[in-house]
This record gives sequence, C-alpha cells and structure tokens, in this order.
Amino acid sequence: MPIDWFPLWLSLRVAAISTALAFAIGIALAWLLANRDFKGKEWLDAAITLPLVLPPTVLGYYLLVLLGRESLPGKVYEAVFGVPLVFTWQAAVVAALFHSLPLLVKSARAALESVDRSYERAARTLGASEWKLFWRVTVPIARRSILAATALAFARSLGDFGVTLMLAGNIPGRTQTVAVAIYDAVESGNGAAARALVIAVSAIAMILLALANRWNPSPFAPKQAGT
Amino acid sequence: MIQARILKRYAPGPESAGFTLDVDLTTSAGVAVLFGPSGSGKTLTLDCIAGFVRPEEGRILADQQILFDAASGVHLSPQARHCGYVFQNYALFPHMTVRENLAFAGERLPRLERHRKVNEMLERFRLSEVAGRRPHQISGGQKQRCSIARALIGSPRIVLLDEPGRGLDAPLRAELYDVVRQIRAEFGTPVLLVTHDLDECFELGEQMFILQDGQVAQTGSPAAILDKPAGLGVARLLGIYNLLPVEIAALDPGRNTSQLRVGEQMLAGPYLPGHLIGDRVWACCRPGQLDALPRNGRPKPNQLEATLQRAVDKPGAARLEFEGGIAVEMPRQRFLELRDTTEWVIEFPPTVLRVIG
Repeated sequence: MPIDWFPLWLSLRVAAISTALAFAIGIALAWLLANRDFKGKEWLDAAITLPLVLPPTVLGYYLLVLLGRESLPGKVYEAVFGVPLVFTWQAAVVAALFHSLPLLVKSARAALESVDRSYERAARTLGASEWKLFWRVTVPIARRSILAATALAFARSLGDFGVTLMLAGNIPGRTQTVAVAIYDAVESGNGAAARALVIAVSAIAMILLALANRWNPSPFAPKQAGT
Repeated sequence: MIQARILKRYAPGPESAGFTLDVDLTTSAGVAVLFGPSGSGKTLTLDCIAGFVRPEEGRILADQQILFDAASGVHLSPQARHCGYVFQNYALFPHMTVRENLAFAGERLPRLERHRKVNEMLERFRLSEVAGRRPHQISGGQKQRCSIARALIGSPRIVLLDEPGRGLDAPLRAELYDVVRQIRAEFGTPVLLVTHDLDECFELGEQMFILQDGQVAQTGSPAAILDKPAGLGVARLLGIYNLLPVEIAALDPGRNTSQLRVGEQMLAGPYLPGHLIGDRVWACCRPGQLDALPRNGRPKPNQLEATLQRAVDKPGAARLEFEGGIAVEMPRQRFLELRDTTEWVIEFPPTVLRVIG
C-alpha cells in the first residue's frame, strides 16, 4: 500500500500559515509586554502562557466553545466565508496558532528585552519614531533570537495533536494532519505509514531545532557585535 | 542653553535607599560640566533633560523653548527635544555601517541635504575611510567620533555627553578633548558633559556644576571652584586638598590677615569676615602650594612639624604624604636632594591658606 503523504504536506502548510500569524500577533504582544507598563500586564502574560501548561484537550475544548457554530465568532466566520470554521483545515491553523503563540511571545519578549536600552534611547534622540526604531533598530539587533523563536514556533505547530483533533477533527484528506495521521496509522495497524511519517516529522523537527540553536546567541559565546 | 529646575524622588525600597534629585542649573554657551561622585544624580539629570525620565516637579527650557513643565503638564518626547546624546557605550547601531548610522540620524533632513551632510560629517570627523564598516570593525577613537558626529547631524540645540572619558586610556582621552573642543569651535553647539574626572572638568569645562547627593553644591568656573570650595564636602570631592582643622587666634582686618592655631603652632591666613576669634574652621590648600623642609631646631612660624608617611612618584613631581593627611608636592629633583631627611617641617606660605565656608 503506497504511503499517503498528504498529512505531512497539510501539516507543513498549516504550520507555515499559523507561524506567519503567530509571528505578527506575537511580535505585537511581545512589544507590548516588553515596552509598556499597564495594569494587568502580568495577567495578560499569564493568559498568553496558559496554552503552554494546559492539557491540549482543555485548550481544544475552549476553542471549540469559542469558535463553534453556535458561538458569535463562529457565526461571523460562517457568514463571511459561507462555511463553518470547525472541522476544516483552517481550524487546524487556529489550533496550531494557539498552541505555538506562547512560545513565540515568551521568546520574542525576552529577545526584545535583551536589547540594550541605549540603542533605543539613541534612536529617540535622533528623532526616530517608536515604529521606526522598533523595526529598524530593536528587531534587527534581536533578529537572531526572534528567528530562533519563530523556528521553534513552527516546529511546535507542526507537531500539534490534541488541539487539532478537538477543533479540526480527523477527516482523512481534509483535516488529518501528520500527528493525527500517525495515531490513525498505528491504530489501524499500518506500521509502514506510521514509520515513514514519524521519521519525516522527526527529521524536520531536528533540523528546525538545530537551526534555532544556531541562530539563538548563546549567553556563553563571545559577543559578536553586528552579527 | 539649558535652564533646568528638576525635582525627582525615588522612594526607598527594601533593598535600596531613597534618592531625591533636586537641582537647579542654567548653562551658558560653551562647555558645561556636571561633576560629582557616583550616585550623585549626574546621569539622572542628563536623562531628565533628554526626556528619558520625567521629573515630578520643575521646568526645563532649552533656548527659551519649554521641554518640560510640571505646572502645565508639558513633557516633550525625546524625539521632539532636539538634544544630541552621546552614550557612554556610544550606542552605535551594530547592524549598520558608520555611514548608515549617520544617515539614520539625518532622516529628518531632505534627501539631498542628508547625503551632503553625512559626507561632510564623515570628512570632518575623519571617518570617510571607515564609512563602510560596522561599529565592531572600527577603533575606539573612531567609535567616539562617529557617535558625536551622529549626534550633531540633526543640528541639536545641545549635545549631552554621559561620562565620555570613562574607561579611556590617555591618548583616547586626549582625542576626546579635541573632539569636544571641535564641537564648540566648529559647530557652536553648547555641550553639557557628565563626568567624575577632575581633569576632564579642567580640560573642557568653562562652567562647572558640582553635584552632591542629588543637589548642586557649587557652580562656577573650575578654577574659581578649586580656589574657593563652598564647603567641606566640595573640598573633599575635589580630592586634592589638604584639609586642616584650625582655631582662629587673631583677626586683623587692617592688614587683611588672620592667625590660625594648629596645636601649638600659628599659621598666617587671610582675614575672615563673618568669623570670630575662637571659631574652629577648616583651612585648606593645594599640595603644590606647600613646601617641606628638613627640621632645623624649633619650627618657625608658618611651619608645622610632620612625620613623612610615604613619598609617591607622580609625573613631573614627587608627592610627599605626611601624617594627618597633609600632602606636599615638589619637583622630583628637589626631593632626591632631601630624601635622607628624617624629621620634617611643612611650610605654609602666608597667602595659601583658604578657609572653607
């Protein structure tokens, strides 16, 4: 029986889209947490981190309730796109997004906070707006750590199981991502398919981690200004 | 020109003592220095002027424009203040070349003007050769010049320098002095410089503010302050004084003199208006104003018997440190002639003693 590679391609597509979304949302949240003091800041941080510690089924349940066909966001989505969100591959993107966002926000906040404040202060005295100094000074200086965080977020999106199962279901050829497909293959005794997908996912994750480590400046490495 | 009245309080925390900055200063054109020990509030003052820190009370004016006014709630952003700031670590953007660093600062200028100005600055600060390099590829002196050139590109109202000489070796320091003089001479931009280095004050400062525990203890030209420190604290800060507790034994307004008693000995001092016979005050003088001689019989008037603790070689002079914290500087040659002396007297010429306060 030929191995069905569709789940792997689906997962890569889902991970790419969810990482792009997580990057946009995550950078904004990280900036907020790193630069602004406001009431309830640590609560916001805790809420963002919650998916990291909650069982995936709990997170999946919340999302199902929040985005289901009976909920307001679910109805709005259905009215705009004509189809419900849940049990589509787009729902898998949402699942992966919530699963990987905390990782990105946490790492990006740390990366932004590790940039010496004098660079930003200097940019301000030179007349640069907050927007300009963020994108042209802070982010470029922290870019390696941010890149590493993005690679980790991608790897995590790729491997999500529980939330995806709850929110997107297990529809072969439509919403069955690689993690779910492996479970399915093992359950149905298709050892060859399980092995192939397991090896592929492991290799991709391994490469991503190696890249992340290479990008992430080690605190013990000699300081390389300008790199 | 800066006129600043700043009040900023930091409440004491569990691990830290509280701190109150309460300063009032008006700089004239030229180079003004803020001098004080670590923790006296120098950099905080600079940060309030630059707009990084918001004071609680007071008002900051630059060339008659209000940068901050507590009463009316004005607090301009650092972007709107047009103050050049040179950071101690230079804060050159590490991912940009020297040219890009300058161009970033020139983005407020129209494109053509910016290009011309960047080139002009590169040339004036001798950076043309390294314009394409990143900050980590250039020397310390070049970084210093680059950060100053970058601060000047937008024609700021004032250039603020935060401890620019800290950690620099002697040649780099000399280069720094030249560049600061260049700011003043070629650009006419006033400079406010923070330092805890006295040499820097005397090399560069036309006006000096002494900061102590968050307050301005004295203002004036460095020479005037050195000549007449306003209090014991300032004298100690200047660090080059012989401080001597004395009792006023006689006052003669006619001849403008006084007699000051130290133990059994009398020293001549200036007339001291506002003091009474019997007052105990502090007298001071610089090590270079005193002389030390071998003792020959009883000490004469204006001489104090003293025990030499150690002699230190300084560039061009020998510094003799006596018991009681009195130091004398003399040419090294003369010390070599006297080095076998075991019993010393210190001679106080009649005009050198100043009384503090």
